Amino acid sequence: MIEIKDLYKKFGKNEVLSGLNLEIGEGGIFAVLGPNGSGKTTLIKSILGMVIPNKGTITVLGENIKSGSDYRHKIDYLPQIANFPNNLKVKELITMIKDLRGNVDLDEELITLFKLEPFLDKKLGNLSGGTKQKVNLVLTFMFDSPLVILDEPTSGLDPISLLRLKKLIQAEKAKGKTILITSHIMSFVEEISDEIVFLLEGKIYFKGTITELKDKTNQPDFEHAIASILTDNHA
Amino acid sequence: MLKILKYSFYDLMRSRWSYVYFAFYLLLGVVLLFLNNDLSKAVITLMNVIIVLVPLIGTIFGVMYYYNSKEFTELLLAQPLKRSSIFLGQYLGVAISLSMSLILGLGIPFVFYGLFMSNAIWDFSLLLITGTFLTFIFTALAFNIALSNENRIKGFGYAILLWLFLAIIYDGVFLMSLIIFSDYPLDKLSLVGTMLNPIDLSRTLILLKLDISALLGYTGAVFKQFFGTNLGLIVSFVALTLWVVLPVLRITSKAKKKDF
Repeated sequence: MIEIKDLYKKFGKNEVLSGLNLEIGEGGIFAVLGPNGSGKTTLIKSILGMVIPNKGTITVLGENIKSGSDYRHKIDYLPQIANFPNNLKVKELITMIKDLRGNVDLDEELITLFKLEPFLDKKLGNLSGGTKQKVNLVLTFMFDSPLVILDEPTSGLDPISLLRLKKLIQAEKAKGKTILITSHIMSFVEEISDEIVFLLEGKIYFKGTITELKDKTNQPDFEHAIASILTDNHA
Repeated sequence: MLKILKYSFYDLMRSRWSYVYFAFYLLLGVVLLFLNNDLSKAVITLMNVIIVLVPLIGTIFGVMYYYNSKEFTELLLAQPLKRSSIFLGQYLGVAISLSMSLILGLGIPFVFYGLFMSNAIWDFSLLLITGTFLTFIFTALAFNIALSNENRIKGFGYAILLWLFLAIIYDGVFLMSLIIFSDYPLDKLSLVGTMLNPIDLSRTLILLKLDISALLGYTGAVFKQFFGTNLGLIVSFVALTLWVVLPVLRITSKAKKKDF
């Protein structure tokens, strides 16, 4: 699905990714974890072509991402901070993104799922953070692409919406999609992900299942396993 | 690109500032006509306002729009769209909506005053054409500045400085150099100097069209000889077009390399 070879990225003097290699197979939920500033968002943005790497190649579904922007038709991306043009209505934003990317009819279903109907005629500037995040989720999932990338999908969501989101992610996985998630909420990651990818200092420190991680670190639970990686590496 | 252009344009058309800008020109046109009672004189006064104001508004609006729509740009970048079409679409959206405000705001009062029956129509058209050129030039320059500066305050600062330089300081330096080197033949130099600054070039074009070049003395005669001919006019418009094309090319190349 995704193949990353020898990826380097520097922002000024700050080297964020230093020779990262990663291969993500088809189907399943992959959690990208790591301390703050470990390069999670940079990695995701590189896959999306928003950050231009200094060195290295990225292939998505067999297509080198440098060769054009069409590969993004196969990616649904949920950005970390949901900021939309404030004077646009929710309905208008959805129509507009559909117009830009191609028509779909999944949006109605998702709007009902997240109970967004009362907000359709409201301006995005007047919505609360959680509601914006729901709009963000609708925009992400309505295209039904084989690769879904979620950057902090849980931020601002209330418990019921969180539950719905988890169900939605599982349903997407059942369709055979590949889902890439970053999150700082360990219980969410533990519950939902099949495999984790742990980033440390711009490299992949660990890739495998949660059980493997527990064995490797000799810790009884997931949260302590992550903590032990961080304390052992003084990060 | 056309879709992005459409949305940027609608977005701006709905914002309050486009109306304020439009209303300002409408008011300016009406007041000038009312006070002058003469189309040609109104055109001259308008020129003095437009030559300074259009670049200022173009720069400020361009920088402001870029920074304000940053989050939205990021949303677009994750979609299957070419980077160049995103930024060119936004640029054209801003430039076209500003030009519309200018053309309609000034055009409506002049048309009602009887522009089509007067012989000032060519002068007035030239005024609007150069005004549109200046809008496109300065919006493109503003986008360049905003793309190169992450920091908004810095971006605004540079944009204002650029406007100040081209609208005021350049003339001062130019004049000083003419005085210092007054022992040498300067007609070529002053021609080139005028060509290099879009504001000066627009001003000269309009002044000469208005047939008040006699006021400019000997230099005026040299200028008239050059700009008055078809060749001069063509060269001037080529220079203005270059002032649009070069910054726009830099927008696309800069946008391709930028991280978001």
